[in-house]
Amino acid sequence: MIRPLMKSRETILAAAILVLVLAIATRFPGFVAPSNLANVFNDTSPLIILALGQMVVILTRCIDLSVAANLALTGMVVAMLNMAMPGLPVPVILALAISLGALMGLVNGLLVWKLDIPPIVVTLGTMTIYRGIIFVISGGEWINAHEMSDAFKAFPREVVLGLPVLSWIAIAVVIGFIVLVGRTPLGRAFFAVGGNPHAAVYTGINVGLTQCAAYVISGALAGLTGYLWVARYAVAYVDIAGGFELEVVAACVIGGISIAGGIGSVGGALLGALFLGIVKNALPVINISPFWQLAISGSAIIIAVAFNATSSRAKGRVILKKAEHAA
Amino acid sequence: MSLATPDTGAQGRQIPDRLKSPLQRFLVSWELLLLIVAVAVFTLNSFASPYFLDPWNLSDATFNFTEKAMIAFAMGLLIISGEIDLSVASIIALASTAMGFAVQMGADTPVLVMIGLGTGLLCGAFNGFLVTGFGLPSIVVTIGTMSLFRGISYIVLGDKAYTGYPSSFAFFGQGYVWWVISFEFVLFALLAIVFAVILHKTNFGRAVYVVGNNPVGALFSGIRVPRVKFALFLITGLMSGVAAICLTSRLGATRPSIAFGWELEVVTMVVLGGVNILGGSGSIPGVVIAAFVMGMVTFGFGLLNVPGIVMSIFIGLLLIAVIALPRIAGRILARRKA
Repeated sequence: MIRPLMKSRETILAAAILVLVLAIATRFPGFVAPSNLANVFNDTSPLIILALGQMVVILTRCIDLSVAANLALTGMVVAMLNMAMPGLPVPVILALAISLGALMGLVNGLLVWKLDIPPIVVTLGTMTIYRGIIFVISGGEWINAHEMSDAFKAFPREVVLGLPVLSWIAIAVVIGFIVLVGRTPLGRAFFAVGGNPHAAVYTGINVGLTQCAAYVISGALAGLTGYLWVARYAVAYVDIAGGFELEVVAACVIGGISIAGGIGSVGGALLGALFLGIVKNALPVINISPFWQLAISGSAIIIAVAFNATSSRAKGRVILKKAEHAA
Repeated sequence: MSLATPDTGAQGRQIPDRLKSPLQRFLVSWELLLLIVAVAVFTLNSFASPYFLDPWNLSDATFNFTEKAMIAFAMGLLIISGEIDLSVASIIALASTAMGFAVQMGADTPVLVMIGLGTGLLCGAFNGFLVTGFGLPSIVVTIGTMSLFRGISYIVLGDKAYTGYPSSFAFFGQGYVWWVISFEFVLFALLAIVFAVILHKTNFGRAVYVVGNNPVGALFSGIRVPRVKFALFLITGLMSGVAAICLTSRLGATRPSIAFGWELEVVTMVVLGGVNILGGSGSIPGVVIAAFVMGMVTFGFGLLNVPGIVMSIFIGLLLIAVIALPRIAGRILARRKA
């Protein structure tokens, strides 16, 4: 394990976030009020949940660009179900959303596992297919607040112990991932497959199956977020969360998860998502047009990936020097 | 990413004593299969709609693919070399925004063209610098620049649009060289020939294949791998600039959402054209035929009143199917031999 390096990377990111928040606070003290920070966390919750799902996919040397389309399709399906059967209890809807999302993740996973198609091609393709299906099933119509039942809309907003359910779900997912990644054989397998697929095969890990499992997890979380998203904003249409997959990948890259696979941590993904969430919420406060956000997340991706690459390259050079001295 | 590491399998490639004749090779090629599909689509379209075979109608149909195909030629070379550029559509947005900005400053057509091409080159150089200078994976870099370039357009334009392009600028996207032959189609044909010559007849083209098949081997045989890759990113940026000029001229306006989602269609076109997404193989004639197929299919759907988003389902399915089908077929053949 390369614990010290990982720790330092997370500390740098945490420090950057702290500096950012303090800089905003000097001019707008209201931003750091606990209630506002709780709001920012709640607003970032969908990104945190999806970034964690994306993390395990990236750990296994894959990428899932279909998460936002999966989210939108699941959201539309549960919204239409709710419209047809307003009496359907929320736990049933949650279970349906998670299974439907997992099913779409499974499609990605099987294409990558069984047919060996490059992950980026698979998920670029399913991204457009899932989006297109939303149009086909909805006919391009919107489902608005008054067409959804009250219980359906209320669930993610319900306040328990001072925080909305949406925030609690994000916290639960973070804890779940700490256990999954750090304490289970599957979590180890994600790292092994990404770190060295050939070695993973020799240690008895089924590489394709592990990648497929990562896709199913990412899909299930996208499905869960789909319901939460639609219920929270009380609207469902074809283009919800358009382009959100890039923000999710950005959160992972900023959080120090190597796109080459095998390197990353739950804390990194969480901090990466929080960084983007804080930037997004701070822009209107410091009076910058929201149109800046796309360029900022783009620059953040580039800076983060360049930073990750230079830090890991320095390490490589040192090893080479040592080898030269030894020879 | 697994993009750069093609897995040739444990048994290695079987090399025959003698190459098959060019005709024999053509008969089993991906290009011939595509050509048959293209003819089939054309025939089906002419039965499906009585308006399809009108010369002006066919001329209109070419606008569906000429701009994307211009980028697809360069993207084809880039993918053969083992890299990818997902920022092409955003380069169009940025180049178009730059031209629109220049129009507000009172620039005329020649200046606009220079600005369009220059922005494309700059963006391509930026991508190429990040990929070759820092050794970063091109997928992540271009996902980042994809947000960055379009993001800059959004910062400049917000929810507004640039219009008021000079009338002489309209020629690039709306002009006709002779009868129904549009300027764009002529440019498309010329570029197809130029790229085919570059890829199939020059040392640089050979280098592109070598870099895609074996970057380390390429380095040891004296090819400056980073320089080749940088040049390819530069060319891809330039072609995006050319496409930006044509598209802006055709639409006569610039919005930050211009050419949204085109990167997917361009990559689909390249892959449909038989270019291996893992790098190392592919041809320009294949990409040209793929451009015709995709253009004809979307135009045919349009004549049948199929909404654009349903067409995108088809494009997504096509992208997965063209990669999956040869693999499934290969597996069945291998099983039969064994």
